[in-house]
Amino acid sequence: MLEGLLIGLQTALSIQNLLMVIAGCLIGTFIGMLPGLGPMSIIAIMIPVAISMGDPSAALILLAGVYYGAIFGGSTSSILLNAPGVAGTVASSFDGYPMARQGKAGKALTIAAISSFAGGTIGAILLMIFAPALSSVALLFHSSEYFALMVVGLSAIAAFAGTGQVAKALLMTTLGLIMATVGEGALFNLPRFTMGILDLQSGFGFITLAMAMFALPEALFLVLKKKETATDGGEISDLRISGAEARAIAPVIGRQSLQGFFIGVLPGAGATIASFLGYAVERNIATKAEQDEFGKGSIKGLAAPETANNAACTGSFVPLLTLGIPGSGTTAILLGALIALNVTPGPRLMIDEPQVFWAVIMSMFIGNLVLLILNLPLIPYIAKVLSVPRNFLIPFILFFTLMGAYIGQNNATELLLLVGFGVCATALKFADYPLAPLLIGFILGGMMEDNFARSMQLYDGVAFIWERPMTLGLLIIAVVLVALPSYRARRARLNAAGVADGD
Amino acid sequence: MALDRWIALIILGICLAYGYAAWFTMDAGLAPFMRRTPIWPSTFPKLLSIIAIVSCFIIIFNVEKSDLKIGEIDYRRLHEYHLGQAIFLLVLMVAYALCLRPLGFLFSTMAFLILGSAVLGERKVILMVIVAAIATFVVWYLVQEVLGIYLRPLPGFIGG
Repeated sequence: MLEGLLIGLQTALSIQNLLMVIAGCLIGTFIGMLPGLGPMSIIAIMIPVAISMGDPSAALILLAGVYYGAIFGGSTSSILLNAPGVAGTVASSFDGYPMARQGKAGKALTIAAISSFAGGTIGAILLMIFAPALSSVALLFHSSEYFALMVVGLSAIAAFAGTGQVAKALLMTTLGLIMATVGEGALFNLPRFTMGILDLQSGFGFITLAMAMFALPEALFLVLKKKETATDGGEISDLRISGAEARAIAPVIGRQSLQGFFIGVLPGAGATIASFLGYAVERNIATKAEQDEFGKGSIKGLAAPETANNAACTGSFVPLLTLGIPGSGTTAILLGALIALNVTPGPRLMIDEPQVFWAVIMSMFIGNLVLLILNLPLIPYIAKVLSVPRNFLIPFILFFTLMGAYIGQNNATELLLLVGFGVCATALKFADYPLAPLLIGFILGGMMEDNFARSMQLYDGVAFIWERPMTLGLLIIAVVLVALPSYRARRARLNAAGVADGD
Repeated sequence: MALDRWIALIILGICLAYGYAAWFTMDAGLAPFMRRTPIWPSTFPKLLSIIAIVSCFIIIFNVEKSDLKIGEIDYRRLHEYHLGQAIFLLVLMVAYALCLRPLGFLFSTMAFLILGSAVLGERKVILMVIVAAIATFVVWYLVQEVLGIYLRPLPGFIGG
């Protein structure tokens, strides 16, 4: 491990990569602060830049920096404006915004930054411990287990993302898988479902789809919605916190780093769930007097979600780096970028490309440090971006989505596909269909079919399902994951109906 | 019927077409050596089409009995939002896609940024032109020189 750490340090501390971390964090903070633009849109927009750099370590370091920066920037707008830029920071506004209203905006930002730093750093240490262990287990996996593992991941994502509407999430996942089958297939490179259109021969572009699923609908929502409440233009001063406050939040940070990290590792449960759960848990275990503070500007109530969401972001890298299976929309986009750079994340990553793996972990530490010591003092200035007029902002967001899709493929047809899919995605968003499962399904589709085909060929049929106990076990877990939420919802409804009596 | 079920109906149509293609049209042209393998190019799509069609039916017949939650925007009152602006911007994006090659990057992008701001209600013409010009040149320089991706800067007939 020490050797790996040194390799990582060597790679991460090169001038180029240090600049990448700093640039990524700044860009992420900058854009993440804009309400309505989440980390997924920002990363999607940054991908063409990262891919054209050609160096996988630098690209992943840049994108990871953008990811942290976006989460950090999102908490800034939650605290200052009560307008979370990112779903994972909604819980931060519960207590952060009241603090800002009381004139303690500077203190709230400092607490947010320190909690994020601690959550991210502890998360990175945990990642360093668990990822090598998990990946040595993963080396024992055969393609049938990989296939089953992907099924588990996708069903977990469907079960969590659907919030009571598992069928919708399941449909979106399947639709993503279906879209992945368009183009030249895994088997014999036969073109499938191209309807004779030559542009579809290579399948749908993943960047185009990512932009269309996230960046474009969010931009359209910004256009559709009536004007946001303007900034108060309040000065942000007094970034200090007292020793007593630091002692009060220290145990919260400790607990939430661990909890957030392990929630982040689970597929489908990302920063959003971690932050809400962290807030709820801290509220429940607080003393009675502190409980009344929650929601009115409690420092614990701010520290909990901030720590948890950053720890969860780090945790979500575990399945990505060790199994090659992304657990969230953001890591799915990162996976797509890595594949485009000819790096296949998975258990072999640590053996074949140790410098990529360790450099990313090292850059997590550096990125968190950058956020704390570089971004925090700059926040009063960066927050000025919040006063950029919407009239200029929106055309630029649209332009960058278009550019991203165009640079990736150098093909104007891609832009028409982008607009078409973007409109479809907006309609799906209106009807409360979750979009992340579609993209994850799309990205996993090719790998899933590959592994499925390989196991079918090895066992000459579907016998691998019952001849390999681990595969069978994983597939049963997948079925339970999908069936359980609907079963519980059904029972809850039946119970409710019994109480209402003949409603 | 709520919007989510209408959408499920449309997706069902797509999935039926997909399923038809997978079940009935793909296997005929398969080479004999491919037929001997346990998995065909159509196997995975066949599986997917079944799952997709089943979940479509679950949504259409509302088996889960879930109520449609209204998100940030209530689609039933869409006309109360800035719908015109959104549609105009989408049209502008399509126009941009069609003009990018023939008219060149610099002209199309400047026009897109200026018209985009204008649609959203910006009236300071000089500011718009300056911002759009700076942004266009900076992006073109970054993409062309730093990233090394060719973008035709000027319309074809000028020789860009």
